[in-house]
Amino acid sequence: MSNRIDICFDRLKKENKKALITFLTAGDPDIETTEKCIMQMFENGSDMIEIGVAFSDPIAEGPTIQKASKRALDGGINLDKIFDMVKRLRKKTDKPLLLMMYLNTLYKFGTERFFSLCNECEIDGVIVPDMPYEERGEIQDFADRYGVYSIYLAAPTSHERIKMIASQSKGFLYVVSSLGVTGARNKISTDFSYLLEPLKDCVHCPCCIGFGISNGKQARETASFSDGVIMGSAVVNIIEKYGPESPEYVGSFIKSVRNAMDE
Amino acid sequence: MDKTGRFGPFGGQYVPETVMTAVHELEEAYNKYKDDEQFKKELSQLYRDYANRPSMLYYAEKMTKDLGGAKVYIKREDLNHTGAHKINNVLGQLLLAKKMGKKRIIAETGAGQHGVATATVCALMGLECEVYMGETDMERQSLNVYRMNLLGAKVTGVSSGTATLKDAINEAFRDWCSNIDTTFYCIGSVMGPHPYPTMVRDFQKVISEEIKRQLAETEGKLPDCVVACVGGGSNAMGAFYDFIGDKSVRLIGAEAAGRGIDTPDHAATIAKGSVGIFHGMKSLFLQNEYGQIDPVYSISAGLDYPGIGPEHAYLHDTGRAEYVDVTDEEAVKAFEYLSKTEGIIPAIESAHAVAAAMKIIPQMDKDQIVVINLSGRGDKDVYAIARYRGVNLDEQ
Repeated sequence: MSNRIDICFDRLKKENKKALITFLTAGDPDIETTEKCIMQMFENGSDMIEIGVAFSDPIAEGPTIQKASKRALDGGINLDKIFDMVKRLRKKTDKPLLLMMYLNTLYKFGTERFFSLCNECEIDGVIVPDMPYEERGEIQDFADRYGVYSIYLAAPTSHERIKMIASQSKGFLYVVSSLGVTGARNKISTDFSYLLEPLKDCVHCPCCIGFGISNGKQARETASFSDGVIMGSAVVNIIEKYGPESPEYVGSFIKSVRNAMDE
Repeated sequence: MDKTGRFGPFGGQYVPETVMTAVHELEEAYNKYKDDEQFKKELSQLYRDYANRPSMLYYAEKMTKDLGGAKVYIKREDLNHTGAHKINNVLGQLLLAKKMGKKRIIAETGAGQHGVATATVCALMGLECEVYMGETDMERQSLNVYRMNLLGAKVTGVSSGTATLKDAINEAFRDWCSNIDTTFYCIGSVMGPHPYPTMVRDFQKVISEEIKRQLAETEGKLPDCVVACVGGGSNAMGAFYDFIGDKSVRLIGAEAAGRGIDTPDHAATIAKGSVGIFHGMKSLFLQNEYGQIDPVYSISAGLDYPGIGPEHAYLHDTGRAEYVDVTDEEAVKAFEYLSKTEGIIPAIESAHAVAAAMKIIPQMDKDQIVVINLSGRGDKDVYAIARYRGVNLDEQ
């Protein structure tokens, strides 16, 4: 077991805890703030961090992350700068770092070049929201060759597809909580016990639920169906509000969520 | 095309997992109905009685004499109900939507022609309709916005990104992700995830089938060249498709070069694009080195799109079709020329095809034949052309 994601879930299992995975968009509002926010999140209870690579046309995102992507792009963010940041972060943390990105930003960069840089910078996994299971051939060979986990998404509409998707997902399965796009929601009405039912009998792949989880209470409730939760827009909303001052606010928010989950 | 919706390396189904089940459901339904005799009968009846098909193939005698080269025929898609080729595709898709039991239809629109066609057929078939349109385009095409409202559709403005066609598509995708069970996404061009590029082409191929038949009747032969404008590429695919196997027929697509392909202000995807994966398909896109989609520009809202349908990328790759670029200025001149010469005001999109054809016609022999696909009529563009020429039509 060498991937940090596996090590992390193993540790959480022993501690009888659920994973808190948090997201932010790299370069929003600038790369220094992103770096500080990431360290604040780790120090206050995030187990893994998804670093969002801004895309000009993020079709799976709601307004919060759309705006963050625009701020980051307006600030001149690009994948080279993100890899440089990851190199700096790797001197400070040994926790799992993932990239969340649209397929075109990866493809145009050069798929092999991308994964070899992930390997060099010690990125543990990638999540590509617009690459369904059937198109995994775009990245799978290179991801495997360079030891980077590709994490697949399952949706409330996946039905019988969920087992097939889970069989290919490495690290964990990203379970989309609701129909629609990313963004904090007041209420999540999906029946997770039904959605996750097909996975009961198959080889265990940790399931983490994301999309719409906005506070500690929701995180705690959602985590009870799964191995962890993913929070994005709730974090990005704080960054939008406080800009360069956001790291300490992000830190205290993560602490409150962690406490709620560990109660 | 193979069964996974590929045209060579292009095409595919690159959509979020939430949409995959719906895409498969659509694929299944389309495969079931496309060869169904009853479906085909209903569709051809709608084409004939509602859309006014077959559209005429008009011999443009004055233009032929004036240009002094090949004989010019104009395929009058502008005479279809709603004034463009868009209705062909919408009738097909919404008939399918009805068979699938979908009650709510969403669509994107650039120039507004696809939005108008969708709103029209929704009114006819009693379906709820919401059309996404970039706010920039709503301003350029306010007449079409009002037409859609008249037809009972809700038009939702999109202010994100460049507030044009690609952003309207992004927003329609987001809507689809949220309302997947009830909603049918009626895509307006030969783009998006499989089966859309194939399905939309199949609903448009009636154009080339008719041209072939009509020309066989009047001239007793195939055309030497077919010219059509290309944004996403649906009217061009429709005009080309039945001729792909006829190697003697040159197929020419006219892209929007805006203020020139050496300026940043154009939408010439084939000339300047590179392979990427966006809007559900692998194809050519105008993008930067990091895969960020470029803002594009054309005087024509309908050609103002940073990508192109995957089958065009393939026809370009294999050399079967040629793609040329036409500037705003050339398109406006062709718009005025066709109006004065033949008494036909073309859509500014279609004027790009006219301009491209005007460049090659004089170099061809008099016994050769060029068919221009006149994809739409130009009433909607009169304001924009006046503005381009510095004429103020605003009422006091």
